[in-house]
Amino acid sequence: MSAYESHGGYAGARQALASMTPGEVIALVKDANLRGRGGAGFPTGLKWSFVPQGEKADGGVKYLVCNGDEMEPGTFKDRYLLEYNPHLLVEGMIIGAWAIGAEQGYVFLRGEYHLPYRRLQAAIDEAYAKGYLGENLFGGGFKFDLRIHRSAGRYICGEETALLNALEGKRGQPRTKPPFPPASGAWGRPTIVNNVETFCNVPAILRNGAEWYQELGRGEDAGTKLYGVSGRVNKPGLWELPIGTSIREIIDQHAGGMQEGYQLRGLLPGGASTDFLVEQHFDLAMDYGTIQAAGSRMGTGTMILMDDSICPVDMCRNLEHFFAQESCGFCTPCREGLPWVEQLLTDIEEGRGREGDLEMLDRNAAFIGGVTNTFCLHAPGAMEPLSSALKYFREDFEEHVRTGECQYNARVNN
Amino acid sequence: MAEPALVQMLSDAEVREIEAECAHLPDRQSAAIDAMMIVQRHRGWVSDESLAAIAQLLGMSTAALDSIATFYNLIYRKPVGRHVVMVCDSVSCYVMGADGLRKQVENHLGVQLGQTTADGRFTLLPIVCLGACDKAPTMMIDDDLIENVTAERLGEIFGGYA
Ligand SMILES: Cc1cc2nc3c(=O)[nH]c(=O)nc-3n(C[C@H](O)[C@H](O)[C@H](O)COP(=O)(O)O)c2cc1C
Ligand code: SF4
Ligand code: FES
Repeated sequence: MSAYESHGGYAGARQALASMTPGEVIALVKDANLRGRGGAGFPTGLKWSFVPQGEKADGGVKYLVCNGDEMEPGTFKDRYLLEYNPHLLVEGMIIGAWAIGAEQGYVFLRGEYHLPYRRLQAAIDEAYAKGYLGENLFGGGFKFDLRIHRSAGRYICGEETALLNALEGKRGQPRTKPPFPPASGAWGRPTIVNNVETFCNVPAILRNGAEWYQELGRGEDAGTKLYGVSGRVNKPGLWELPIGTSIREIIDQHAGGMQEGYQLRGLLPGGASTDFLVEQHFDLAMDYGTIQAAGSRMGTGTMILMDDSICPVDMCRNLEHFFAQESCGFCTPCREGLPWVEQLLTDIEEGRGREGDLEMLDRNAAFIGGVTNTFCLHAPGAMEPLSSALKYFREDFEEHVRTGECQYNARVNN
Repeated sequence: MAEPALVQMLSDAEVREIEAECAHLPDRQSAAIDAMMIVQRHRGWVSDESLAAIAQLLGMSTAALDSIATFYNLIYRKPVGRHVVMVCDSVSCYVMGADGLRKQVENHLGVQLGQTTADGRFTLLPIVCLGACDKAPTMMIDDDLIENVTAERLGEIFGGYA
């Protein structure tokens, strides 16, 4: 705590509560153009503005929830923030609570995050001891309580309406939308859900202003982003860089380039549920618009590299195994479709592929991937890596079906 | 069913911790997941008896609580060994050789995924991405995250858990 405060920590929260109205805080976050770091990139200030305020509010409780469920395969950014800078999250949430008028906050934390839990709980305890949480924050009369809810494990609980059901102690199944959480969320009350990294961006915006924040970014987007690389590079890891840093710069300069003997063939730019990018895309900037224009999504910004020793068919099998297992089972295309796709991929990988299988995969990827055919975005997300793999690595799929063999087997399990 | 007898199977500590959760929530049933996790921390798993007792304490039906229990991966409805070993099988670990490693772990412990060693020391389970993909392949033993796991280190790693 003292280290955090000596570097200007809690100055943003103090300033917000002492000299800014909630409306001014929301306007500042909007001007800064902060976009949600949970994967979808929704503008944070705009989201906060949907919460009923002033005369439109009924005076009852509002909730502020931090999504710390981080279970998207290949994603390891929120854990770093929770372990190394938990006060940043606490401060960001205090500011968010002031902005929307929430008196109760929850951090929804993945159950396997034991060390992050201990570090965050210690930070929350310190903040209470100093009067930064609880009644009468910073002596100014505002009340905000913050508690951690530890999840019992299920990827779908990261989807924000499933998360709210889990927070209420129920099965973590997505809810019908509308109503959206800012109107009716936890226990039917107005609720804002933001990702850990999103909240962690807020204190610096308060301290340094919207313009400063905007100028940190290299392209259209504002601020910095945590970028991560996993796979066969020399120095896998996580770095805070200007948003819009190019893929190649991240891999070559920060991750130390590919390991000797391995060539990069493709990558998932932001977690398991994003489309593959290939060589022609590696000079692109990692920002929301650029990656979307290339047919993928920046997602969580933590990229997973596929090198030339990895079989694309088998990698898709691994990914679809995850998505099939983590389906909440509520709607048919997802519950029945994903295991079926996984089975087809297993058959192709193990030499039992038949003529017509690839066309069947194409059709399924299009149907299950259609955002209106399922209740939530789990199933469409599951199809993003598959449909792009079928496009970019088609010869690999065809060769498996034609020869009944996987030429990568010799190198995979080394 | 003599109702009070059911709740009595929970220890004072368990009841105290569960009530503390309830006190912070708008209604008692919202503490369902927390309550099961609390009992599991004390007993290692959630038996039918524990489940019925928790349901009664929270004022809900056992069936409703069980349908919540079975939804979540980290609530164990069967007994587990003294230590739970979870090997990550998600994509970054896969790229870094997790499938081969899993076989090595199975050989080392002499059990397959889902099984418990004969001496009751380890239960081996798969787990999705542990959020440490830059240190792949990974596994978790109880509350400890273990990074950059190699076959050579398995003896030393498991040796640390009695
Ligand atoms: C299947 C699924 C899983 C998700 N998992 C997470 C997650 O683990 N963490 C997260 O912050 N957002 C996750 N999201 C996105 C959330 O629904 C939500 O958009 C996000 O928490 C909003 O925060 P932001 O606006 O700060 O990005 C997931 C979405 C879907 C559809
Ligand atoms: S798409 Fe899948 S995860 Fe989402 S509601 Fe339907 S079954 Fe559940
Ligand atoms: S994929 Fe294994 S830790 Fe992320």
